[in-house]
Amino acid sequence: MDYLDKLEAHSIYIFREAYREFKHLAMLWSIGKDSTVLLHLARKAFFGHVPFPLIHIDTSFKIPEMIEYRNKLAKELKLNLIVGQNREALRTKQTFPDGNVDRITCCKLLKTEALKNTLSGQFTRYKYDHELGVLVEDPNKEAYTGVIVGVRADEEGSRSKERYFSPRDKNSDWDIGDQPPELWNQFKTEFAPKTHVRIHPLLDWTELNIWEYIDRENIPVVSLYFDNGTGKRYRSLGCWPCTFPIESTAKNVKEIIEELKSGKLKNIAERSGRAQDIDGGGTLEELRREGYM
Amino acid sequence: MKERMNIVVVGHVDHGKSTLIGRLLADTDSLPKGKLEQVKRTCELNAKPFEYAFLLDALVDEQTQGITIDTARIFFKTKKREYIIIDAPGHIEFLKNMISGAARAEAAILLIDANEGIAENSKRHAYMLSLLGIKQIVVAINKMDLVNYDENKFYQIKNEYLEFLKTIGINPIEFVPVSAFNGLNLIEHAPEMSWYKGKTILELIDSFEKEKEDEEKNFRMFVQGVYKFTEGGDDRRIIAGTVNSGTINVGDEVIFLPSGKKSTVKTIEIFGKESPLFAVAEQAIGLTLTTQIYVKAGDLMCRTDQQLPYTTNRFRANIFWMGKNNLNIRKKYKLKIGTNKVGLNIETIESVLDASTLERITNREEVHRHEVAQIIFKTDKNISFDLFNNIKTTGRFVIVDEYDIAGGGIIVEALEEKETITAPDYSEFEKELYNLVKKYFPHWEIKPIY
Ligand SMILES: Nc1nc2c(ncn2[C@@H]2O[C@H](COP(=O)(O)OP(=O)(O)OP(=O)(O)O)[C@@H](O)[C@H]2O)c(=O)[nH]1
Ligand SMILES: [Mg+2]
Repeated sequence: MDYLDKLEAHSIYIFREAYREFKHLAMLWSIGKDSTVLLHLARKAFFGHVPFPLIHIDTSFKIPEMIEYRNKLAKELKLNLIVGQNREALRTKQTFPDGNVDRITCCKLLKTEALKNTLSGQFTRYKYDHELGVLVEDPNKEAYTGVIVGVRADEEGSRSKERYFSPRDKNSDWDIGDQPPELWNQFKTEFAPKTHVRIHPLLDWTELNIWEYIDRENIPVVSLYFDNGTGKRYRSLGCWPCTFPIESTAKNVKEIIEELKSGKLKNIAERSGRAQDIDGGGTLEELRREGYM
Repeated sequence: MKERMNIVVVGHVDHGKSTLIGRLLADTDSLPKGKLEQVKRTCELNAKPFEYAFLLDALVDEQTQGITIDTARIFFKTKKREYIIIDAPGHIEFLKNMISGAARAEAAILLIDANEGIAENSKRHAYMLSLLGIKQIVVAINKMDLVNYDENKFYQIKNEYLEFLKTIGINPIEFVPVSAFNGLNLIEHAPEMSWYKGKTILELIDSFEKEKEDEEKNFRMFVQGVYKFTEGGDDRRIIAGTVNSGTINVGDEVIFLPSGKKSTVKTIEIFGKESPLFAVAEQAIGLTLTTQIYVKAGDLMCRTDQQLPYTTNRFRANIFWMGKNNLNIRKKYKLKIGTNKVGLNIETIESVLDASTLERITNREEVHRHEVAQIIFKTDKNISFDLFNNIKTTGRFVIVDEYDIAGGGIIVEALEEKETITAPDYSEFEKELYNLVKKYFPHWEIKPIY
């Protein structure tokens, strides 16, 4: 087994542990490259099936291609897609693009709050109806107790300190100074009422590993990652008002791998196109302590 | 073939672990451009001296206190392979984090401050490495600049520490004198210590050997789940798991323990692969059987043509305790071994050890946080396992106290079964069938099953 085989096998192990131990399990799905790999791994773990819902937190400011791609994939793979949104904040225009709050507050409202309340069932969940081809209200209001998230340790400092199974308290807060032990292939699978556990199958993967795996497995990804002739491409996908493409002429997966290996992107952090990271003093720790992924 | 290796850096608080890794990253050009300058600028702005450790100690609390709180994963590449370097905290308060990090490692670098000498956690961490079964260890004597690069000082610490390591069964690959902050003997040989003729840290890292996968050992696989996803007309009943050790082939007769049920492997299932004929250690696979027997998560699957594991409800183990509450002889815990979970009782606490002084205490009813102990355990039901020395992954376990993993251990001896309270596990279907047979065919005189 080479190192990609081992990374894959370990991620599959984590998926299967999560599936056995958490009755109310869901997976966050952001359409990006990591989420796409996550979905592929889930299908490998469960022999072509995805036996839990995928939750997409829709800020309403996602790049339109992302939503198109999301719906197409949900249809093709018959995914159980759940969409969550902070409709109140959108209605009252408490957003950065509307000019009423700063970037960090916008992130907190449209992502962290939306995520927390969608997981707990406080906010209405919308479910993709495969017959009608539209989102309909989901009658299920039960809280999810296990949430699979595709964060990687190489993305930024606080993620480099994560556990594979990482508990969140009643308010979705992360007690980063006192994380429970995690030994060998034994994870935190017991939890107190009203708390939940974040599960991170991609923690040991690097950005390069992700692209190498996409290449090896021939996984389709949204075309925003490639230069389509403008000399720019996205390296990380988010909301359009706060995500900017990087200068790059990589037109396909192989060229992205070359670019990453060549060190051309060394002077740019992966999330440098994500403005909220910079506003937060260069650290996501604060956002993540409060429940952000 | 490309490979990846996990290495942990351990040692007493402030002995320079994070600095060593930070400097290694800086000197091998492994940092994103501008990162070093950015950290230097931030230090200047806050009127703090620059620390390489800030490259790793990313948490706000870590930076303000100048201490590592939780283990970090650092990605690092040499010409030879990819690494995850695990930066462990040295403060005793965070021993659970150090152990969480070390448990993921295949090799270790143990740091000792030349000026301060061997400290409490220099010993405790070494003991933990030996308990975790990490055999490849390099000792770096750091801050040689503070002792004028004195060769005698180096040998004095080396000899004293070797003495200790011998008593706990560790045989280090090398002792290296370094100055992490000044980058001496990390990548190139330092003229300041020309008396040192061995390898540098980077050379030593590349000389660690990948552990052999357990393909030659007896086949073991803890069942993770039995899946039947009917969607799309899928009618396979798949036993899923990751192979712990050995090799399994289509056609092998297998036994599920502790229940003892047998069947034969019909197919091996790997999504995206056309009917594989065999699978080896570490692969995540699925299996279908030729007969429909009741198997469940937690069962240990073995081959009938190979030596079987132990099946009993008593065993002797060496454990380390990380719980907030003491481990108490009268309290009930949960044991997790592989994917199996079972109620756990303590029969005898044979001895308790302070892992830094090696002082052995008997007659204790409790094991305190950070202590190591030898204990005879008794489980509520029979479990199947190997000795840690034979097969690591089926010979180690964790102890769960309420909601958290509070201890970890390795099994050193299987003991005779006592008052088995176990009824074998029967499926609902088997129970119903039994009841029907008993009711309608009493003349069959069927043996009671529960
Ligand atoms: N003089 C000198 N100081 C050093 C050297 N290496 C590290 N230090 C200093 O020792 C202090 C502690 O270094 P760290 O790297 O934070 O120590 P650590 O082992 O990671 O500490 P914890 O993670 O908190 O256990 C810092 O102030 C470093 O600058 C060295 O080679 N020489
Ligand atoms: Mg440190």
